[in-house]
Amino acid sequence: MIPTSDDRRAQPGGPNRPVEHALEELLAVCIARLIRAQPTGHIAVGAASPIPAAACWLVAKQGAPVRLSLLHKRSGNPFTEGTRELFDLTGQGRIDLFFLGGGEIDGQANLNLIGMGEWPGTQVRFPGSFGSAFMYMMTGRTILFREEHSPRVLVERVAHVSAPGVSAPGVFRRGHAQALVTGRCVFRFHPERARFSLESLHPGETVASIRAATGFDFDAADDVPQTAPPSAEELALLRGVVCDEMLETYPEFCARVFNRKSAA
Amino acid sequence: MTLTSLDAMAASVPDGALLAMPPDNSLPSVALAKALIRRGVRGLRLLGVPVGGFAAEILIGAGCVAEVETSAVSLGEAGFAPRFTAAIKAGSIVMRDCTCPAVHSMLQASEKGVPFMPLRGLIGSDILKHRPDWQVIQNPYGPPGDEIVLLPAISPDVAAFHAVMADEVGNVWLGRRRECATLAHASKRALVTVERVVPGNFLEDERLASGAINATYVSAIAIAERGAQPAALLDEYGFDAAYVADYARMARTEAGFQEWLAREVFAQAVAAE
Repeated sequence: MIPTSDDRRAQPGGPNRPVEHALEELLAVCIARLIRAQPTGHIAVGAASPIPAAACWLVAKQGAPVRLSLLHKRSGNPFTEGTRELFDLTGQGRIDLFFLGGGEIDGQANLNLIGMGEWPGTQVRFPGSFGSAFMYMMTGRTILFREEHSPRVLVERVAHVSAPGVSAPGVFRRGHAQALVTGRCVFRFHPERARFSLESLHPGETVASIRAATGFDFDAADDVPQTAPPSAEELALLRGVVCDEMLETYPEFCARVFNRKSAA
Repeated sequence: MTLTSLDAMAASVPDGALLAMPPDNSLPSVALAKALIRRGVRGLRLLGVPVGGFAAEILIGAGCVAEVETSAVSLGEAGFAPRFTAAIKAGSIVMRDCTCPAVHSMLQASEKGVPFMPLRGLIGSDILKHRPDWQVIQNPYGPPGDEIVLLPAISPDVAAFHAVMADEVGNVWLGRRRECATLAHASKRALVTVERVVPGNFLEDERLASGAINATYVSAIAIAERGAQPAALLDEYGFDAAYVADYARMARTEAGFQEWLAREVFAQAVAAE
């Protein structure tokens, strides 16, 4: 039996009541917890990833000794040898954690950033694979993030493999997906059996509703917990010092989620 | 140094050239892309280093491009690049998908004057399946069964990017965006637009030398104020998100794109005369 959640948005204040929060804030907190769950020294964040970036800043502001390398940071960009330096660092094994998404993600954690129909995406074309075919295999571990959780995104088998979820024995590979965070739930990935299992349910979701919204088969325990809501402390950090760090790179995100406008 | 005009620089790029450009976060010369559209260049083979941004998108939309080799074409926060997407659907451009470090590695091979460069990753990706020019070999120094991908050296006919400034001997300065240096080193010609030309020699200044590209690698320089816009230029000016969002709205249709082109590319030249 899955307990039904109270409406967390509608219940601000009060003792033991979760603080009202946006879905983006819940997702950032989910990712931050996944980061903290394993030893993590150096995290890289790629293109257009405001929620993973918020999660990384949250972990840093909570005092974890992590190094953050944000590829798209304009002032104080961490790379002094150009964008190739991210890939060189990763090739050496100096990046412990990276984030990827996908136009399609399948049950074996394969990612499709190419498109649908005949190669190179004659029906639907996504922007492209970016560094995924390298980063997914060479990073210590990857957190997959895709806010849209629907059968068209989470599919049984991707149309094209930009980056493989698992590799054949003998293929040089440092790590795999740790988890997949969506707007409905958190899945954990098990590379040894190339399958996802349901880790926690966001407010309002049940195992049945996740099955209905997911194109691939996954494992689920009898009692899947609810995703713990953000604490008052986590929200205060996100809306304060985390937002301060993100304003320059993600002005639209900060305005929309934190209701904060850049001074520039 | 060879100071030229933007239009003369555009005229020096022949139809069919292999043209390499950085994306919006690494100093594209959008000014040169617009001048190339006005000159009516055709059949360009674009190399996005390592992805394509706004400049690639408008060149594709204007019909200047026959082939694109890159790892993605995107407008960043403004989303998909609409004319690129339309061209792929229509089959009007040949797309050769890459992965970002492969683009850098192929350029680094040229920079070193060696015929190829190995790269980890890629095995198991469909990108590799669609690249018959990329080979997989046994790592000659590794255990049996350890395979690795080989990428051929690539030497663009023309590299184009925007720097902050040039000095009186033709060195250019762009701070930490060293991918443009690799691009210049690897290409047959580098065309650089700049905000301004200043007296002196950057290589005589210890603080500027590490962010400079030696004039050896620079074929021509043209002044184009705000030449990266709508992309950002280091700490000189920021990304113009409103301009790109307006473009993305208009370029949803071919007619909207043509209207944008008339207003933002062709009318601008008339105004400048």
